Amino acid sequence: MTVLAPARLTDALAALDRDPALTVLAGGTDLMVEVNYGERRPADVMSLRRLAELRRWRVEPGTDGDDRDAGGGRADVVLGAGTTYTTLLGPELAELLPALAQAARTVGSPQIRNTGTIGGNLATGSPAGDTLPVLVAHGARVELASVHGRRTLAVDEFLVGPKRTALAPGELITAVRVPVAAGSAGFSKIGVRNAMVIAVANCALVVDRRLRTVRCALGSVGPVPIRDPEAEAWVAELLDWDGASPVEPAVAGEFGARLAAASRPIDDHRATADYRRHAVGVLARRALARAWPPPGDPGAPTSTVPTEAA
Amino acid sequence: MASSPHDAGSPGTTTRAGSGGATVPVGAASSGVAGPGGRAGATAGSGEVVTPYELVVNGVARRVDGARASDSLLHVLRDRLGLPGAKNACEQGECGSCSVLVDGVLVCACLELAEAVTGCAVTTVEGLEPAGGEPSDAALGGDVLTDVQRAMVEAGGVQCGFCTPGFVVAIHDLLARVPEPGPFEVREALAGNLCRCTGYGRILAAVEQVVAERSSVGGETASGGPAPWQAAGSEPRGSA
Repeated sequence: MTVLAPARLTDALAALDRDPALTVLAGGTDLMVEVNYGERRPADVMSLRRLAELRRWRVEPGTDGDDRDAGGGRADVVLGAGTTYTTLLGPELAELLPALAQAARTVGSPQIRNTGTIGGNLATGSPAGDTLPVLVAHGARVELASVHGRRTLAVDEFLVGPKRTALAPGELITAVRVPVAAGSAGFSKIGVRNAMVIAVANCALVVDRRLRTVRCALGSVGPVPIRDPEAEAWVAELLDWDGASPVEPAVAGEFGARLAAASRPIDDHRATADYRRHAVGVLARRALARAWPPPGDPGAPTSTVPTEAA
Repeated sequence: MASSPHDAGSPGTTTRAGSGGATVPVGAASSGVAGPGGRAGATAGSGEVVTPYELVVNGVARRVDGARASDSLLHVLRDRLGLPGAKNACEQGECGSCSVLVDGVLVCACLELAEAVTGCAVTTVEGLEPAGGEPSDAALGGDVLTDVQRAMVEAGGVQCGFCTPGFVVAIHDLLARVPEPGPFEVREALAGNLCRCTGYGRILAAVEQVVAERSSVGGETASGGPAPWQAAGSEPRGSA
């Protein structure tokens, strides 16, 4: 085993091209546990620590959000794959992407959030990955690069199964492009405590008043984040888009019930399938009730305080 | 040379190794990383010794000899550089007892691949500077405590002591970023450090003491009242 630590992306991609079996080390919060426990014996490792260009983020005019029209005054946040959870929950990004900040704040501990990265969360592709439902609800796209070129995939195309992704040999995740919602975005999660907990269930909901869309993605209740586009379209018809009337409780309840029915949870050591199905219904109902009317004007900051202790 | 990360002589390190089976000496041909639970033999493929490399620890460039590529920073600090302050317990980032700073960022040393932090500045509990005082040299037999270490002793935040170095590093990190944190800020900042003895109340009191001391040193009058979490009567007490 050797440890590579390229400082330039081109060098990293060249190394991956020479040896597609190279194990990529981002924050290490998943990989090093497996190494420490003898569950994984990487042949060779490439650390991304020195790739400063992967650690940066920027705001760009909106381009190609998942199933949306381009442009229209929207903005995308382009997060380098090495963006840590700590950076995601900082004030600037929390204002642009509040749901992602809320999700990041529920991950692990300060130590874990200081090292773990959004690219690592995507590459690991755990059904319980906390940022994944948020990215799906935002219609985010993953940017991939190899020596042969670049491509982008919608996050729900990138995630193909539990810990399985569409990453091709020789490819590296360089960034994830997240459209900013003109409306509200929220995340909630159920676990046994407020820190160091893997989600029993989680829920991200994005309401965009310019596009008049509602997108809700559930985590830890299926092999990949779960959506119910029919329920989203149904509820979008009922929102008071031109006013600020709150969501009818019966509508929120029905929305939660539909999302619960769409979930595909399993029994495991953290919870039963029945509990998870019930829990995501409650999370989706509450998320919708909180999301409308959105706090303040479009793009206004929302609280980054983690919701739910249900 | 210690035979594995579990042989460091602290009470907490023996539990898993003891229940999980034999520990395997690092020097044995079949061993790689000595993982928790004595599963070291499973990592034979990562076992070859790598070319010596250099780590900058507590401001000093240290040569690391005899390391394996899969060694965590924690393993290298404890067993190759003789710095036992960072403690080895869970090896999965759950307990915070191995907390160190890498380039000034609080991390779990068990989750850092040692060779990948060459060129970074590593600070362990042994290298923390007391506020405005001399460097702590507790690891070398000195008796200069940082203000956080002293407050932990005075507030009763230390019982078995196993988690203490991790808490000390995390508290120094918090107060360097946020000199006067609110009670919930303190709790969130220390949520990744587990203590099974004190029930946390006295550790939180130690933080409060340091905040008060530092602000009075800075010319302001420190509050002498109970911490908000004490006044609220909501302090959970551990039963361990």
